[in-house]
Amino acid sequence: MAMTESEILSGLGEIIDEVAGVPADQVTPDKSFVDDLDIDSLSMVEIAVAAQDKFGVEIPDDQLKNLKTVQDVIDYVRGAGVSA
Amino acid sequence: MRLTEAAPGARILAFGGYQPAKVVTNDDLAVSVDTTDEWIRSRVGIASRRIAGPDETVADMAAAAGGKALAASGLAASDIDLVIVATCTPEVPIPNVAASVATRLGIAAPGAYDLNAACAGFCYALGTASDAVRAGSSRYVLVIGAEKLSQWVDWTDRSTCIIFADGAGAAVVGPSDEDTGPGIGPVVWGSDGTMADKIFIQDRNSFIVQEGQAVFRWATTALHPVAKKACEQAGVDPAELAAFVPHQANLRIIEGIARRLGAPQALVADDIVHAGNTSSASIPLALSRMIERGEIGSGDPVLLLGFGAGISYAAQVITVP
Repeated sequence: MAMTESEILSGLGEIIDEVAGVPADQVTPDKSFVDDLDIDSLSMVEIAVAAQDKFGVEIPDDQLKNLKTVQDVIDYVRGAGVSA
Repeated sequence: MRLTEAAPGARILAFGGYQPAKVVTNDDLAVSVDTTDEWIRSRVGIASRRIAGPDETVADMAAAAGGKALAASGLAASDIDLVIVATCTPEVPIPNVAASVATRLGIAAPGAYDLNAACAGFCYALGTASDAVRAGSSRYVLVIGAEKLSQWVDWTDRSTCIIFADGAGAAVVGPSDEDTGPGIGPVVWGSDGTMADKIFIQDRNSFIVQEGQAVFRWATTALHPVAKKACEQAGVDPAELAAFVPHQANLRIIEGIARRLGAPQALVADDIVHAGNTSSASIPLALSRMIERGEIGSGDPVLLLGFGAGISYAAQVITVP
């Protein structure tokens, strides 16, 4: 089933709320994980693991370091074929 | 051919722990490497750790913890017929630590060997001790986890020197009888050599190197099924566990596994806060302190889970002596 950008964003919001306690409404595409949301490298791993469960897209550690903003993750998940 | 007489089961009679005197706080480390107390607490959950003195050896710490466990068991040294020391940080390859420790404790001529399964070492040693008792090759076994990780740590590497520490923990294992019932459940163990490069020491002139993110991902995703399987094999529902005592690797790994275990009532060991990561010593050290503080009592079912370099892992349910 294809997922839209807004569906991925809302799914990410739930994940980040659960993993890092950041309210989902603060998770907007332009936000930087480190600078805006105060999310560290270990929480990023937890987000990647949860994203794999939710979106069926694996985000390996070597890709994870390139994902700096919420939009980067949305693009990665879409690029991996979820919405194709 | 005749075989030894088997015992119906094995149980733990007593625990003992030892920590070196020197306390190193996060602020102490922040003097020499670029880090802060807040950063260390939030990333690994450690507030302080203990570091052995320059002349204090793995055998010294192992003997201290082993002696306490032996005294608490009420047995005589002569009752022990096997000594197993789980360690990955001995000063020298030979002689092994176990035989020296046995001699120091007055245990004459026991079987004695060291076992290296890194941070999973104590659970491996406990599993083999339990099997030795059940098979009748031993009657009473002294199982020790002892580490001096400080001698393998680069004290200028802020990613590892904040984590690893020194210490020892021990347990006395013996046969169970009809009154006590078995006190050590089946061990669930395994390994994966494809991840050998995630935690390693290159050679004897090198320091411990760890790929933190990869280890974190593995530990928080692959281990809760191992923990659940150990419960299943012991016939103990996770909801019945009094406590969960995983290897004290990183508080966030511990919490991550605990969340997925399905045992919300179980007390989760957090000894890492004041002990650091002491590899094979961390589980018996945590257990002996929890018993000392009265947090767990005789007969309580407790799940142990060791995991680390190799990578290797092992889990079993035990009953508190």
